Amino acid sequence: MHEIRDDVAALAGCGHEISLIHAVYIAPATAHILITKRTADISRTAAQHWIEPHAHGIYVKPADMWIDPSRPAERALVTHGHADHARSGHGAVWATPETLAIMALRYGTEMGTPVPYGDGFEHGGVKISFHPAGHVLGSAQILLEHAGERVVVTGDYKRRFDPTCTAFEPVACDVLITEATFGLPVFTHPPIEDEIAKLLAARAANVDGCIVVGAYALGKAQRVIAELRRAGYDAPVYIHGAMQKMCDLYAAHNVPLGELTMATGLAKSELKGAIVIAPPSAMNDRWAQRLPEPITAMASGWMRVRQRARQRNVELPLVISDHADWTELTDTLLELRPSETWITHGRTDALGRWCELHQLKARALDLIGREDEDEG
Amino acid sequence: MQAFAALIDGLIYTRSRDLKIRLIADYLRITPDPDRGWALAALAGTLNIATVKSAAIRAMAEERFDPMLFRMSRDYVGDTAETVALMWPDKSDGDAAPSVSEVIDLLNSTSRARAPAVLAELMDRLDANGRYALLKLATGGMRVGISARLAKTAFGQAFGVSVDDVEEVWHALRPPYTELFAWGEGRTKRPDPADSAFFRPFMLAHPLEDGSVYLDEFVAEWKWDGIRIQIASTGGETRLFSRGGDEVTGSFPEIAAAFNNIGVVDGELLVRGEVQGGEAASFNALQQRLGRKNVTAAMQAEYPVFVRLYDILFDGAEDLRSQPWTARRDRLELFTAKLDPARFDLSAVIAARDFEHLAEIRAAAREAAIEGVMLKRRDSPYLAGRKVGLWYKWKREPLVADCVMMYAQRGSGKRSSYYSDYTFGCWTEDGNLLPVGKAYSGFSDEELKWLDRFVRNNTVARFGPVREVEKSLVLEVAFDAVHESKRHKSGVAMRFPRISRLRRDKPAEEADTISALRAMID
Repeated sequence: MHEIRDDVAALAGCGHEISLIHAVYIAPATAHILITKRTADISRTAAQHWIEPHAHGIYVKPADMWIDPSRPAERALVTHGHADHARSGHGAVWATPETLAIMALRYGTEMGTPVPYGDGFEHGGVKISFHPAGHVLGSAQILLEHAGERVVVTGDYKRRFDPTCTAFEPVACDVLITEATFGLPVFTHPPIEDEIAKLLAARAANVDGCIVVGAYALGKAQRVIAELRRAGYDAPVYIHGAMQKMCDLYAAHNVPLGELTMATGLAKSELKGAIVIAPPSAMNDRWAQRLPEPITAMASGWMRVRQRARQRNVELPLVISDHADWTELTDTLLELRPSETWITHGRTDALGRWCELHQLKARALDLIGREDEDEG
Repeated sequence: MQAFAALIDGLIYTRSRDLKIRLIADYLRITPDPDRGWALAALAGTLNIATVKSAAIRAMAEERFDPMLFRMSRDYVGDTAETVALMWPDKSDGDAAPSVSEVIDLLNSTSRARAPAVLAELMDRLDANGRYALLKLATGGMRVGISARLAKTAFGQAFGVSVDDVEEVWHALRPPYTELFAWGEGRTKRPDPADSAFFRPFMLAHPLEDGSVYLDEFVAEWKWDGIRIQIASTGGETRLFSRGGDEVTGSFPEIAAAFNNIGVVDGELLVRGEVQGGEAASFNALQQRLGRKNVTAAMQAEYPVFVRLYDILFDGAEDLRSQPWTARRDRLELFTAKLDPARFDLSAVIAARDFEHLAEIRAAAREAAIEGVMLKRRDSPYLAGRKVGLWYKWKREPLVADCVMMYAQRGSGKRSSYYSDYTFGCWTEDGNLLPVGKAYSGFSDEELKWLDRFVRNNTVARFGPVREVEKSLVLEVAFDAVHESKRHKSGVAMRFPRISRLRRDKPAEEADTISALRAMID
């Protein structure tokens, strides 16, 4: 078996080389091989830490609590409402009031303990507090303090201006557990004003048709609408039926979105010149065939890569992301300078490599089940 | 440069052929000389900047970026030029952007050694889209789904001239084609075609599907598995064209040199030796040669090529395209008799009593170079494109085996960032899996998404870009033939393997054995 592995590694032309002089970066799947070879001291530190990364979530041992567990847990701390972080079926949930409202909308009767930004509580000798992450409405970083150590779990975050949610606040820490969805140096999100201008220009050039914008139903859709308003677009924005309730929820949380009209059921003639926002799944669906000569747009950080747009049959790619881009990720690490960085999901190997180059101690966790390719 | 960059991006995101033509036509009408001519050359594949090779772009990147981060990025994006364009720091507000002709002049007037520095200075003056277009322009590989024929069609549409007239004068002209635009805009007479050999569109076939035909109406020929080419010669010059109308004379100079007759013929380019079975690598070699503007004498000797002729369009100056197949066939036989038999032969007609007999002959054919059977109406003229009811292709049934996915790698181009290249294996007698092949096609977009997720969630080890997966997924693999191979540990290799079905229902232990594959060797 090992012979075959070596074959493939040689074929690929790149075994992982780990430098132990300045920094340590452990690639997730090769970690077990390395431990047997030489990094016993590192693995011991990790294994004995009071926070344990598991494939299905982050476990806070003294408090017996899970952060964003992907399977039902007795006690869950939830960073934000996206389905890959907030699941149903937990015993007790702690989250921001906004996130709890989103979970209630999505899962029905779910209850939990609201923890507003800046507030904290103690459980099992761990002090737990929630801080704005700037990702979507209610999104939070979670600060955990125990045994004189401060650990921040970022959840998903971004540092750009977003009229629909509270801006990210940097929180000093010893260990930063960060996302890396756009953790490759090719990802620089352009200013959102440019992308909105592209959308408005395409609309102006296509008055007999319409523009259908694929946007994730929670967060991205509302941000695109709010940015259209900020750019002075005051015509009704047409939305797919699946987005109505989430838009209402945003409006109820003091995020004005202007006049919204349901696109479903309208005649083609009524939608001429319209901007229609729909979940990405509806784009290549029969639903979209009822629109008058639609131009297919997609609002996502993945649109930065041409072939990604082509793979999704996108004609008008809009590079709009609710995640930190490469510069934001690396600037945040330089700003906080944690003594250790754990990378939960996304392009973990590249951000790990960057940490190595900048002499920051890092390890990749590679949690499974994060829908890192669909939202963004 | 911004207008050209916008055109390139427009072509990338537009799927409709008509819209692509309109985008190019609009650009050609509005843009001044000589920019539009250079752009037309870039789209038609006739622009060659000798000072910049793709290795220079990699070198430029490796000098500036950490090699590991660059490799990871390249692996994700699936395209070197795009990766460099995206990673390059933004230094420009777009005001100092160079024009297309300034780029061409600067690169043409520098040396190969100085070119990376010149290119880097130009990169600094452009935004990300401009940098992408610049690198594509400089290396000549646009890859925007445009054939030479489509570019010429767009020119024809832009100025209301016929594409055949464009084809005829095209090879007498050079980039940036100012005479062509002068003629298109009605400012001068049509340029003199100067006795040039030019491309005529191919006649193509529909798949036969489940139908059948009468052999008194249709003639059967083998469908050879090489590269379809057209040879056009005026006596003064001979040119070879691929199916899309791209000129490939430089890739197969020995064929052009050996063609000592005047006319236009249609045939299949094959490698000698491969026809009687043999290594699949020879077809790959043929494809590699196709991608080159020049080939070495060593390559010519290693893979001796010849053309198996299917049809004749022109005999001398006489246009035979409106004549029935039977008449053209007689002329083709006479024409071929005058050619060097080492380089040219006739595609034989299959002698079958009736359709059922033909089906038997087809089923028995396992020669590697046979892809199936062609059925051509005996009274059919030679017409451009696919016409209903005239020509059919009847591909032979593939072989299949159930294999287990072992490794996966990200694809490039259309499949960039998805785990879409799969290495799969079959069982040995003592219960080990050994790789037997690699496939990256045959599945739908939906299946690709599922496979990608399977790979991500079932990774057991990583070797750089390669992921080793849990040996649990059975893939039904279709292939044209299987043969002995010393390069694979399993001792067998498949020809043209592709994924025909995902067997999520089947336990991995029940996949096929290597000895079962071995039994399929002819």
